[in-house]
Amino acid sequence: MDKKQRILIVDDEKIVRESLFHWFEEENYFVDTAEDGEIALKKYSKEKFDLLLVDMKMPGMSGLDLLSKIKAIDKDALIILFTAFSSVPTAIAALKNGAYDYITKPVDPDELAHLVKNALEKRALKMENVQLKENISEIIRPDNLIGESFQIRKIYELVNSVSRTDTTVMIRGESGTGKELIAKAIHINSNRKYSPIITVNCGALAESLLESELFGHEKGSFTGAQFKRKGKFEMADGGTIFLDEIGSISLRMQIELLRVIETKQFNRVGGNELIKSDFRVITATNEPLEELVKAGKFREDLYYRLNVFTIVISPLRERRDDIPLLVDFFINKFSSAMNKKNKSISKEALDFLINYDWPGNVRELENAIERAMVVGKQDTIIVDDLPFHVSKNNFDLMKDEKSLAAMEKKYIQKILNENSWNISKTAQILEIDRVTLYNKISKYGLRKDEY
Amino acid sequence: MEIFLAPLKFYSNVLLERLVKELSNRFSSKIHVIDLKVNLDDFFSVDRRQYYSTQIIAEVIKLTDEYDGKVILLTDVDIFVPALTFVFGEAQLNGKHSILSVCRLHEEFYSGISDENLLLERTVKEALHELGHNFGLRHCIDWDCVMHSSNGVEEVDIKGNTYCRKCRTVIGDYKYY
Ligand SMILES: [Zn+2]
Ligand SMILES: [Zn+2]
Repeated sequence: MDKKQRILIVDDEKIVRESLFHWFEEENYFVDTAEDGEIALKKYSKEKFDLLLVDMKMPGMSGLDLLSKIKAIDKDALIILFTAFSSVPTAIAALKNGAYDYITKPVDPDELAHLVKNALEKRALKMENVQLKENISEIIRPDNLIGESFQIRKIYELVNSVSRTDTTVMIRGESGTGKELIAKAIHINSNRKYSPIITVNCGALAESLLESELFGHEKGSFTGAQFKRKGKFEMADGGTIFLDEIGSISLRMQIELLRVIETKQFNRVGGNELIKSDFRVITATNEPLEELVKAGKFREDLYYRLNVFTIVISPLRERRDDIPLLVDFFINKFSSAMNKKNKSISKEALDFLINYDWPGNVRELENAIERAMVVGKQDTIIVDDLPFHVSKNNFDLMKDEKSLAAMEKKYIQKILNENSWNISKTAQILEIDRVTLYNKISKYGLRKDEY
Repeated sequence: MEIFLAPLKFYSNVLLERLVKELSNRFSSKIHVIDLKVNLDDFFSVDRRQYYSTQIIAEVIKLTDEYDGKVILLTDVDIFVPALTFVFGEAQLNGKHSILSVCRLHEEFYSGISDENLLLERTVKEALHELGHNFGLRHCIDWDCVMHSSNGVEEVDIKGNTYCRKCRTVIGDYKYY
C-alpha cells in the first residue's frame, strides 16, 4: 500500500477528535475529522475515505443513522464504531447492519492499530480480487463459527488462504471448538466444493470397522458384510476427506493411511481391484500428537505428512470477546427453530456466560443457550435459566479455600489466566488499579505459567 | 544541539544514569539532566487514574525557553490522551518537546517479573523514537527501525534499537551505531 489511506473520524468531542487525529497522523494516514453526522455525510459524498471511525453516540444524527446513510451511498464503505462499554449490544446489532467492527472508548492503541490495519488490508484484498475479476467469493462463514476476536479473524485469514490450495491441513483445538466447521469452511471455499466432504470420526470406530469404513469392502469379506460397500476414501473422490480424532488410530492403520494418502490408491477390504480416488485430506485432533510421536504411538512420517498446514483454534475461555456474539447468534438460531419470539439476555446472565470457563467450548455454550430458552419463562434469559454449573462457576473455585488471602490469590490467578495476563484488563475486572494488582501479583508470587 | 532529560516522578536513578550513558554513546550532542518545576498532579485525571500527556507537554513548553535543544520529559506515571487507554509517549513533530512514560515499559507491568536490562532497552528505544519525532520523522515501516510504531510492548521489543539508514539521515548529531 503505497498510497496514503484516508480516514475520517466522526466524533462530537473535540478532544477525542484531536487525539485520534494526531495518533493516526503519526501512523501515517491521511486524516480528516467531522464533528457530526451531517458534516461527515457531506465530506463523504465529496471525497472518498477508505475507513470511517464513527462515534455511536452523537447529538443529532446517531452513529447508527450515519452508518445506514453512508451504506446507502456506498455499500462497501468500511465503518468502525466507537462505543461505550454499556452499549456493546447496540454495537453488535450495528455489525448486522454492515459495520465492520466496533471498539470501546477509550481505545487501546494496540487494538486500534490491529483493527484498522486488518480492516484496510481486507478491503485492499477484496478490491484486488474484484479487479482481477476472479470469482473467489468472500469466505463463507460456517454457522457457529461466529467471532470477531483476533484469534477468530486470524483463523478466517488462514482458512481463506489455505482454501485456494490443495494442501493437507491439520486442525487442532479442544473438543467443542468447532474443528469440523473449519474443515467444512475450507472445503466449501475450495474448488472441490462441488464434490462432497466426507467425515470420519476415527476415534469412534474399532480398528476392523474403521478399515472397512475407510476403504470399503467386498461382499462376504467378513462376517456381516452382506453387500459390497464403498469406503469413505472412494466417496470423497473429487472432494475432501475429514479425519477427526486422528490421534486415536492404531499403528497398523497409520501405515495403511500413509500409503493411501501418498498413492491415492487402495483395495477394498477383501478385494483385489485397485481403486483410485482424488481427495484432499483434512485431519483434526485435540491430542498432543508430538508426544504420541515421542512415545512411539504415532508414526513420525505420518505426522509430517498430515501436519503440513496447521490451524489452531483457541478454547472459548481464551477468546471471551466472542461470547456475546455467539450468545446473540444462538438466541436467534433457537428463536426461529423453537418458533419463539426473539429473546434477549440480561446483563447479569451474559456476565456469567462471559466469566464461565467453558470446558466444552462453543458446543457447551450452544447447549446452555438452548436449555435456557427451553426452561426460561420470560422474554429475557436470566441467571436462573442457566445451567447450575455455569452460573455457580465462580463460587466453585473457592470451595476448598478457607482463608481470605488464599481465596484472593486463587481468584486473581484465575482472572489473570482468563485474560492472558493482560494486566489492564484484569485490573479493570477486579476493579482495582494496576499498581494494586501488581502488588498483589508480587505478594502472592503469581506466575504466568501457573494454573 | 543538546538533549535535556527532565525526570518528573521518575523514580529510578540507575535507569536515568544508564539512559544518559546510552544516549551519550549514540549522539555527539551533550546530554543533560535538568530539574523542571512542574507539578504533575495538576494533570492527573481522577477518573482514569492516569496523567494527561498533551497537557503536560503544553505546560513544559512554557518552562523551557532557556534550554536550546530537545527536551525529553521522563516519568514513571502512566500517561494518556483522551481517546486512547494509554500512550508510551508523545512528541511534538518537528518540535522541541516530548514525554516518555516508562510505566508500561516495565516487564513487571505484564508478567510481574522485573527485568532491568529489558527496561533499559525499551526505554532507550522509546527515547530515540520520541526524539525522532522531534526531528520530524514519522513512523517508519521498517521493523528494524526504532521509528517503527509501537502501540504495545511486544512491538517495542520486536523493533530495532536504532534508526534505519533513511531515518538516520534526518537525525542531527547521531553517531553511526
Ligand atoms: Zn511514534
Ligand atoms: Zn526508519
